[in-house]
Amino acid sequence: MNERSVVVKNLAKSFGDFVAVDRVSFEVRAGEIFGLLGANGAGKTTTIRMLTGLLRPTSGGGTVGGWDINAQFEMIKKSIGYMSQRFSLYNDLTVKENLQFFGGVYGLGRARVEERTAELDEALGLGEWLDRRTAALPLGFKQRLALGAAILHKPAIVFLDEPTSGVDPIARRRFWELINALAADGVTIIVTTHYMDEAEYCNRLCVMHAAKIVSLGSPAELKARHGAHSIEDVFIQLVRGA
Amino acid sequence: MNDPAIRVEGISKSHGAAVALSSVSFAVERGEMFGLIGPDGAGKTTLMRILTSLIDADEGEAWVLGFPVRSGAARVREAIGYMPQHFSLYSDLTVAENIRFFADLFGVAKEARVARTEELLDFSRLGPFVKRRAGALSGGMKQKLALSCALVHTPRVLVLDEPTTGVDPVSRRDFWDMLERLRAQGVTVVVSTPYMNEASLCRHMVFIHKGRILASGTVGEITALFRGTVFSVEGPNLQAISTRLKNAVEPELVRILGDAVQVLALGRSREEVGALLETMRQGGVVSHSREIPPGVEDTFVSLMRE
Repeated sequence: MNERSVVVKNLAKSFGDFVAVDRVSFEVRAGEIFGLLGANGAGKTTTIRMLTGLLRPTSGGGTVGGWDINAQFEMIKKSIGYMSQRFSLYNDLTVKENLQFFGGVYGLGRARVEERTAELDEALGLGEWLDRRTAALPLGFKQRLALGAAILHKPAIVFLDEPTSGVDPIARRRFWELINALAADGVTIIVTTHYMDEAEYCNRLCVMHAAKIVSLGSPAELKARHGAHSIEDVFIQLVRGA
Repeated sequence: MNDPAIRVEGISKSHGAAVALSSVSFAVERGEMFGLIGPDGAGKTTLMRILTSLIDADEGEAWVLGFPVRSGAARVREAIGYMPQHFSLYSDLTVAENIRFFADLFGVAKEARVARTEELLDFSRLGPFVKRRAGALSGGMKQKLALSCALVHTPRVLVLDEPTTGVDPVSRRDFWDMLERLRAQGVTVVVSTPYMNEASLCRHMVFIHKGRILASGTVGEITALFRGTVFSVEGPNLQAISTRLKNAVEPELVRILGDAVQVLALGRSREEVGALLETMRQGGVVSHSREIPPGVEDTFVSLMRE
């Protein structure tokens, strides 16, 4: 559990004059659920895009799964899973076909895809939906399927960018059970959310404001540090007060 | 003038074989904040599209300020402002140009338009960004611009479909402050949201599930429907308490809320869960537990399971 899964040091990104991420440093352990919180535009998504090899840092750097985020993009892409708030599933394909498609993208063999589909069916409870067209799925199921597609190749690190946006409370609770189970298996989870009750389930939280980290620690530490009763109060204090 | 802001009577709607709404009836009083809550696919968006005269119901009728939505669509559209979930701002146009565009669509005359634009920029605090392209606004600011565009023809009824989904807590509070100011000016606000703490800000709400209304009323009337007990549990390690309780009852009945863990005794007796908590207290995991009144989210979970 003490193995360092993600290491970030003085990571920065500018777009022209605009500083999106300003010298950010943190470490995430293997099997940890690490939450990135912040207002829209605080720099969370830019940070994730640099860690997933989609965007080059302006300065600073780090490693993801031991691979250099400034150089070893291809290796990083093989060791991570990524699920965004606009999950890219093919609506005209069935659930099974979507998984087959992503299996092909990840270069998994046919037998391996079938094996993983069976495993995911059990873990995610896709059951009766496997042969249905994806367009017909309720949002909560689409979310689970998108998670399935992101972990099909058994990545060691999974990035979830607002995975539960717009989902009802019960579907969100079920989704977090899946996240907990993945983490218990040793998968590192880096997640962004606007639901402050979900933030309570992270092992540690990193609050970003105006491109910088303004507080980092476990939910209990943050509440104690900022004299607040909930993470929502911590957030409001840090973002509004800063 | 005694018509309610919205009256819905026996509305049903199917999309092919899928029933979206089934005999839905309710009324919204003038000048109130009214919440439509329910899980994804419950029928909330379909209902809003019927109220805004964008689609017709298969059965039943609805009235907005006394105008029937089916035969009086033109009057209804004048009276109502609608902010759909996926609102369409023109990202290549500036803030001012977007407002101008929607004003022209609604046939707002020039003088009224100039005055209204001023009001809206002041109200939304978008004034300093008036020349910024909509595509370059933050998520919270886009939401405020979309709201301003929905308000450009000074509607008396405002319908908003999950306006704060995916918006951070600070922007969400700002947005609800704006809705409350509109309501105070006499605008009727009908809003859907997946955030249960926001639902509590509505004076009345209906809870929709699978196209039917399962419950309606004030927050107090809704939470009175909760059948079970809510325990608030404190201790040195909330995540450890949460994990223990999830294993002992059901994961979806346990959540960490602020500096306590809440567990719902649903389908299990209050005594049984109480005894479990007492055992955990003796084991040193729990320092204190007590019964607390149910909230909207607890009631939502309870109704969904019935």
